[in-house]
Amino acid sequence: MAILEVEHICKSFERTKVLKDISFSMEKGQALSLIGSSGSGKTTLLRCLNFLEQPDGGIIRVNGETLFDGADSFSRKESVIRKKRLHFGLVFQSFHLFPQYTALGNVMLAGELLAKERPDYKTKKKEIHEEIEGKAAALLKQMGLSDRMKNYPHQLSGGQCQRVAIARALALNPDILCFDEPTSALDPELTGEVLRVMRELAERNMTMIIVTHEMAFARDVSDQVIFMDDGQIMEQGTPDQVFGDPKEERTRKFLARYTEE
Amino acid sequence: MELMMEQMPIVLRALNVGFLQTLKLFFVTLIGALPLGLVIAFGSMSRFKPLSWLSRLIVWIIRGTPLMIQLLILYFFPGLVFKNNIWGSGESGRFMAASIGFIINYACYFSEIYRGGIQSIPVGQEEAGLVLGMTKSQIFFRVKLLQMVKRIVPPVSNEIITLVKDTSLARIIALQEIIWAGQAFMKGSQGISGAIWPMFFTAFYYLIWNGMVTILLGKLEKKLDYFR
Repeated sequence: MAILEVEHICKSFERTKVLKDISFSMEKGQALSLIGSSGSGKTTLLRCLNFLEQPDGGIIRVNGETLFDGADSFSRKESVIRKKRLHFGLVFQSFHLFPQYTALGNVMLAGELLAKERPDYKTKKKEIHEEIEGKAAALLKQMGLSDRMKNYPHQLSGGQCQRVAIARALALNPDILCFDEPTSALDPELTGEVLRVMRELAERNMTMIIVTHEMAFARDVSDQVIFMDDGQIMEQGTPDQVFGDPKEERTRKFLARYTEE
Repeated sequence: MELMMEQMPIVLRALNVGFLQTLKLFFVTLIGALPLGLVIAFGSMSRFKPLSWLSRLIVWIIRGTPLMIQLLILYFFPGLVFKNNIWGSGESGRFMAASIGFIINYACYFSEIYRGGIQSIPVGQEEAGLVLGMTKSQIFFRVKLLQMVKRIVPPVSNEIITLVKDTSLARIIALQEIIWAGQAFMKGSQGISGAIWPMFFTAFYYLIWNGMVTILLGKLEKKLDYFR
């Protein structure tokens, strides 16, 4: 069964149609790359999946459970949406770390707040805290940041910040981890370290959706590639199909700009 | 000179009593206005339009008129219009009226500083919190509040220093604060009259107190320097 099914998602801002009837699905453990020029709707699609934007219509299903149905007003309520968000994680282009917390604190904060809702929280406060801290430390170690845990975001490089942000998103065990142009705000030399940890995650079969302009990376890491243009899915398939043998004229034109470099 | 040394204990005693009243008004205003300002700030930013209009209207009126007029109206209106002086006639009633007037006035100024502080925090902070499953109130208290506090320390410090001096306005409703106490020796009190030097002492009290407040707020600013 598909881990994610997206059906007929539409979204307009004012009178501009940003997403026009988007449908796709992906399997557990897959990496899906969303490519396309700026303004094609990739980021909006990602934001819809994370409920930062509300689609005007359509259905989002994770593991067969309907998280969002444009026709069902109940599923659009803020209080209902909050928990459903946790199926997804989102890594932002400009990190959005919380500046007043250390790297470790950033990774732990949401987990600690969620733990307070557990019925056994009062009796097992200490164990729960240690468990969350242990997990956060392990994630930062996995990101190659064991010696940076006590640093504040302003003391870290962009690449390090982004790796903290990835650890922060992973800490809540999302079913699907989304990346919104995770390396676009980074110097070329820092891009590599972020792509490396993403590659590792793909190898560990983390289910991921990646909006990116790193074509070589997308081709190499993804199981599935979607090319978007003007709010629509123009072409989708395996990396070899989309990059190697694009069917649509527009895909070809778009990719040509990258191969020229 | 000899006379001045003789009068000194009397004057200082009177000034101390007045200064105590000044300090009381200062602290009561801060304790009331700092949180009330946050409530008004949320009102102004509310998506419920009538509430936001009401909050902005209140802020406009309070900031647009002199505190002195507000104190006069607050203190005398009930007695003169309803023939019911709810404040009573003693110093404690005057203090109560002055406190309420000062709290409302300063809360309005603080609310605008808070609003600026909150709105200057990038949307990304809220979105990052939302994506991590936090509630709006968790995002405010655990993510945004401290960032806001850091940003507003300098403008709030300014207001607080102004407040130290503004407390003197309370004498318009005859609150016996320090300037009232100092001026008494110009008019004549406890056998001393026509003396201007107590006024210099009075100014000195303000100066010292503001110096302490400045140092304290500077320390707070330093303390929040650990993040950016």
